[in-house]
Amino acid sequence: MSASPAAPKNRVSAFIADRRAIERSRGDQILRGLCLLAGLLTAAVLFEIAYQVITGARPAISKFGLSFLWHTDWAPNLGHFGAGVMLYGTAVTSVIAMLIAVPLSIAIALYLAMMAPGSVRAVVGPLVEMLAAIPSVILGFWGLIYLAPYVHTHVEPILYDTFGFLGIFGPPQTTGLSTFTAGLILTVMIVPIIASLSRDLFLTVSRELIEGAEALGATRWEVIRGVVLPSTISGVAAATTLGLGRALGEAIAVVSVIGTAAQIHKSLFETGNTLAARIANDIQYPVSGLQVDSIFYLALILLVFGVITNLIARAIARRYDVHRSF
Amino acid sequence: MTSIARSEALPYDPTAPLTPSGNLRRRLVVSRIAQGAAVAAAFIAVAALALVTFDVIKAGASALSLDFLIQDPPQFGGIGGGVRSNIVGSAVIVFLAGVIAVPIGVLIAIYMTEFAGPKSRIASALRLGLDLMQGIPSIVIGLFVLGLIVKTQHKDSGFAGSVALAIIMVPLVARSTQEVLRLVPSPLREASDALGVDRWRSIITVILPTALGGIITGSILAVARAAGETAPLLVVDSTFGPHLTFNWFGPMPNVPVSILTASDSLNPAGFPRAWGEALVLLALILLANIGARLLYARSRRKLTG
Repeated sequence: MSASPAAPKNRVSAFIADRRAIERSRGDQILRGLCLLAGLLTAAVLFEIAYQVITGARPAISKFGLSFLWHTDWAPNLGHFGAGVMLYGTAVTSVIAMLIAVPLSIAIALYLAMMAPGSVRAVVGPLVEMLAAIPSVILGFWGLIYLAPYVHTHVEPILYDTFGFLGIFGPPQTTGLSTFTAGLILTVMIVPIIASLSRDLFLTVSRELIEGAEALGATRWEVIRGVVLPSTISGVAAATTLGLGRALGEAIAVVSVIGTAAQIHKSLFETGNTLAARIANDIQYPVSGLQVDSIFYLALILLVFGVITNLIARAIARRYDVHRSF
Repeated sequence: MTSIARSEALPYDPTAPLTPSGNLRRRLVVSRIAQGAAVAAAFIAVAALALVTFDVIKAGASALSLDFLIQDPPQFGGIGGGVRSNIVGSAVIVFLAGVIAVPIGVLIAIYMTEFAGPKSRIASALRLGLDLMQGIPSIVIGLFVLGLIVKTQHKDSGFAGSVALAIIMVPLVARSTQEVLRLVPSPLREASDALGVDRWRSIITVILPTALGGIITGSILAVARAAGETAPLLVVDSTFGPHLTFNWFGPMPNVPVSILTASDSLNPAGFPRAWGEALVLLALILLANIGARLLYARSRRKLTG
């Protein structure tokens, strides 16, 4: 009798164990383990990336400290390194790209989601996305040979004559290789990202809301401004942040057209430099160990930018369930 | 007579054609302008794609020939020669990157859709990890592989290139696979469970085959994306010679870096070869994109009915 209280408990736990055995056969455990292993590997790679970049940058961090961020010398032969010029160039090229790309992409997305007839949408939508498939090296080469000379002869004189008094549109230089051209190339790269994400967002706006506004007599534009944009604005902000992240980190297309400047120029039509472009430019033939360490310091800054933009985009976009393909 | 008198009393003429006037006309004009701007924006984007494609075709077509595909580049740059070694090297690097990345990406996706519950902490941590991985600039991934592999091997290698490209591909494959796995109708899963089939068996024999089309599509798109990636290869696999090699663990010639090197050089003798390569690369990538989209549309129709 003394065992009677324990007996049902044992039976219950034995039953549970049986159920577990049925629910999780050996094969299930193996497959589940494999999947978890793949996930673990990914997590390990992420930590390893952060670790490698920080270790690589450590000598430069201890030598230059935070003043690396605003010093504008980058003189490998003298052992002077600072990210000032590159941070400035990264900011300016990204601002140019965002100023052009954000309104353009939102307009494209509105056209695709709200106006285009089905057959046009089915063709134009993929075409816009395929703009993102052009490899950055081809875009850079194209920018160097075709876009830069065109900008130099056709765009720079007009902007200089009209807005020259602003100071940022200086007189045209000898080539079209400039901060401005780099900004244009970045625009081409991020428009498809922001446009296709925003289009998917606009398509999630409920038909009832749109039809309700139309029934009240709103014009197409009033539907867009009064219903569609307000209910998706935070998602569009998230898409924009993702585009910004891409613009900040693009190396190859920029290095081809920006002209690798060593100092800050006020005019957008003069050469510039960005963090990623400097890395791409210097990594092949560094002259000293300290230069490699400084390159890793630049990469650390880029890594921080990448993580921050993605976290912001996630935080904003949490309430949308849109497939993120970029 | 009375009816005419009443109509004269109305503030408007009911027989007049319905054309907007006053405030409504202004609103319609604003709306038309906004719509026109949206059409123009879409046109600009498509025109940019057409312009780049057209310029690449124009500059690259003259370089294309059989010799271009079956000869190696000249030893010290200069005119003539082909790009065989670059294309073969790129194919090997990208293919092996896919061999590494696709299984890992698919396994992660299976975990997140088939094993993890809706509130699983592990799944949300994985999602965060994939998002962050996708957001890391590709040149930083290159530097990571430089520190991890190239510095310890003391030489560039196609292997290091494949690892870097695989890191870029994993989040893409995982995300697209997850997307199709979610489309697999749950009655299929339930039917399989009801027959007493183990989870792993129903995943391998029912769910994966149903989703196969979508998984292949996602993998093709990821491969196409990796094929054009230049930044990581510039960092870990750029000191190659002109000759054909299949040695994965040594420096391997590849298309993206050779285009960049040619376009960087002050000597335009290498330009035609670079344009030819750009044309081959762009054509393959765009075709892969179109093919993958058609395939995806078909498999999606099959899944969602």
